[in-house]
Amino acid sequence: MIGLAFFLFLIAIAITTLVIDLATGNEFYRNNVINQDLFGRLQGPSKEHLFGQDEFGRDMLLRMIWAVRYSLFMGSAAVIIGMVCGGVLGAMSGYYGKTVDAVIMRAMDILLAIPSMLLATAIVAALGTSLFNVLLAIAISYIPSFARTVRAAVLTVKDQEFIEAARAIGCHDGEIIFKYIIPNAMAPIIVQATMGLAGAILSIAGLSFLGLGIQPPTPEWGAMLSNARQYIRDAWHVTVIPGLGIMLTILALNLMGDGLRDALDPRLKD
Amino acid sequence: MSDILLQIKDLSIVYATEDGVVQALTNANLTLRQGETLGLVGETGAGKTTLARGIMRLIPDPPGKIVSGEILFEEKDLLRLSIKEMRKYRGSQISMIFQDPMTSLNPVMTVGDQIREVIVTHHPEMSRQDARKHAEDMLEMVGITATRYNDYPHQFSGGMKQRVVIAIALAGEPRLLIADEPTTALDVTIQAQVLEMIHALKRKSNTAMLLITHDLGVVAQNCDSVAIIYAGEIVEYGTLRQVYKNVLHPYTEGLFGSVPSLESNARRLAAIDGMMPDPTDLPKGCKFVDRCKYATDRCRGEVPRLMEMADGHKVRCFRHESGEVNGNG
Repeated sequence: MIGLAFFLFLIAIAITTLVIDLATGNEFYRNNVINQDLFGRLQGPSKEHLFGQDEFGRDMLLRMIWAVRYSLFMGSAAVIIGMVCGGVLGAMSGYYGKTVDAVIMRAMDILLAIPSMLLATAIVAALGTSLFNVLLAIAISYIPSFARTVRAAVLTVKDQEFIEAARAIGCHDGEIIFKYIIPNAMAPIIVQATMGLAGAILSIAGLSFLGLGIQPPTPEWGAMLSNARQYIRDAWHVTVIPGLGIMLTILALNLMGDGLRDALDPRLKD
Repeated sequence: MSDILLQIKDLSIVYATEDGVVQALTNANLTLRQGETLGLVGETGAGKTTLARGIMRLIPDPPGKIVSGEILFEEKDLLRLSIKEMRKYRGSQISMIFQDPMTSLNPVMTVGDQIREVIVTHHPEMSRQDARKHAEDMLEMVGITATRYNDYPHQFSGGMKQRVVIAIALAGEPRLLIADEPTTALDVTIQAQVLEMIHALKRKSNTAMLLITHDLGVVAQNCDSVAIIYAGEIVEYGTLRQVYKNVLHPYTEGLFGSVPSLESNARRLAAIDGMMPDPTDLPKGCKFVDRCKYATDRCRGEVPRLMEMADGHKVRCFRHESGEVNGNG
């Protein structure tokens, strides 16, 4: 419940920032999130700046808030792409079996053998840093895990009698997969997606930390952390606050995933 | 004869498992006329469901395989059709009622949509509203109010689910209905209702039906002809009257013997001795030989033909060889 509440809170923040940007034509964003105030460099938390100011004197609170949108949007987009591609591959693999299964699963095994961070780094390095490439890199590294989850779920649903009944009324394979099998195999996929979202946000932060993700001055937690780490001795808040932000978000998403799993699959309770 | 709807000729189906090849069905021959009801009786594992699935071409492959034979539906061999052509038959020409209504409905789709699915699949030109209207009519026809169109299967009782399954099977207006033990999963009072309803609906649209069951009483009430199947072979086949009045095969005799009589005061049920033979290791001769009280040495070594008696009644037993009319059974 706490996880869900925090996640909804983050979504609310993301939507609010989006609305503000649209309403003011990015003016608020430019003046308060991007504009530097070099006299206030690395100032600790105060009444005026609740979370203090960063190494260019920008307000940490506002930067943290604006960064939510990028993390959430990119994370969800990556997970959705991974889920759709992985889901289709996994469903085909589970449904058709035999050669199709062997070919798809071995390809997934190959992808899985490369650490996902390394794979993402390699993709971004090869294609160049841009928002879209980061998205693509993370999405690709998510395909195998979704393919496996969906395949397992499909295998359990596939042999049930209503699938045979569907075949007996003349449904073709596509209809059976999308109308009968996938909706019945949704529970583990949803859980995997929430857990995956946490991982994706972490990967984006990680890539940005390495300088491969979102580029400054766009606020992003990983990049903020990376820039701030050289001042950690003088100003603790510039590192601790983005770190906490990442931690709490991941924790919330994992809690939510656990909660969803318990709710959707009563056998796993306790 | 031109009113023959379905003719199965020498159909053999095997399952290749790790323990060996299972002869699930051996040289089955059946004929079904328009509007006729044929009862297929046999114990669990005799090959009844395999035969039904064979007609629908729904034998899971692997391990199942149709090794030989023809299934002529209106003189067209279903086994020669491509998967795409076969799909046109399923649901609209031939449809099937499954054994367990609890598991044969999609739990995440409303019952109305599941009925509509059949209609839409076979009449893609029909508008959404028309298809929905038709689906609602089907629900009404099986005695469920159309207001329950948007309910999910878990909101229905077993008997009602079976009615929905029947509505789905009949929504495509099939010429042939295969009912695979439609009442086995239901309790006795509901069984009667469901059977009566199938019977009435069938009569209304002159649909032929293949009724698979192991309940001789159900057969007596609903069928025009009967085929008794044992270990993958049809052992006796004839009209209801022929088979019930003049039992020829020892296995059928045993089946009738095991039905308790209402009048006598039996303490124990009279069962047929022994077990069904192991399907991977069937006896060489007559499959029933180990349980048959009339078994001779000849039965052990030679497979009896399906012999036709003077009145068209067919039986697979050497004891009736003398009554056979021609030798091609």
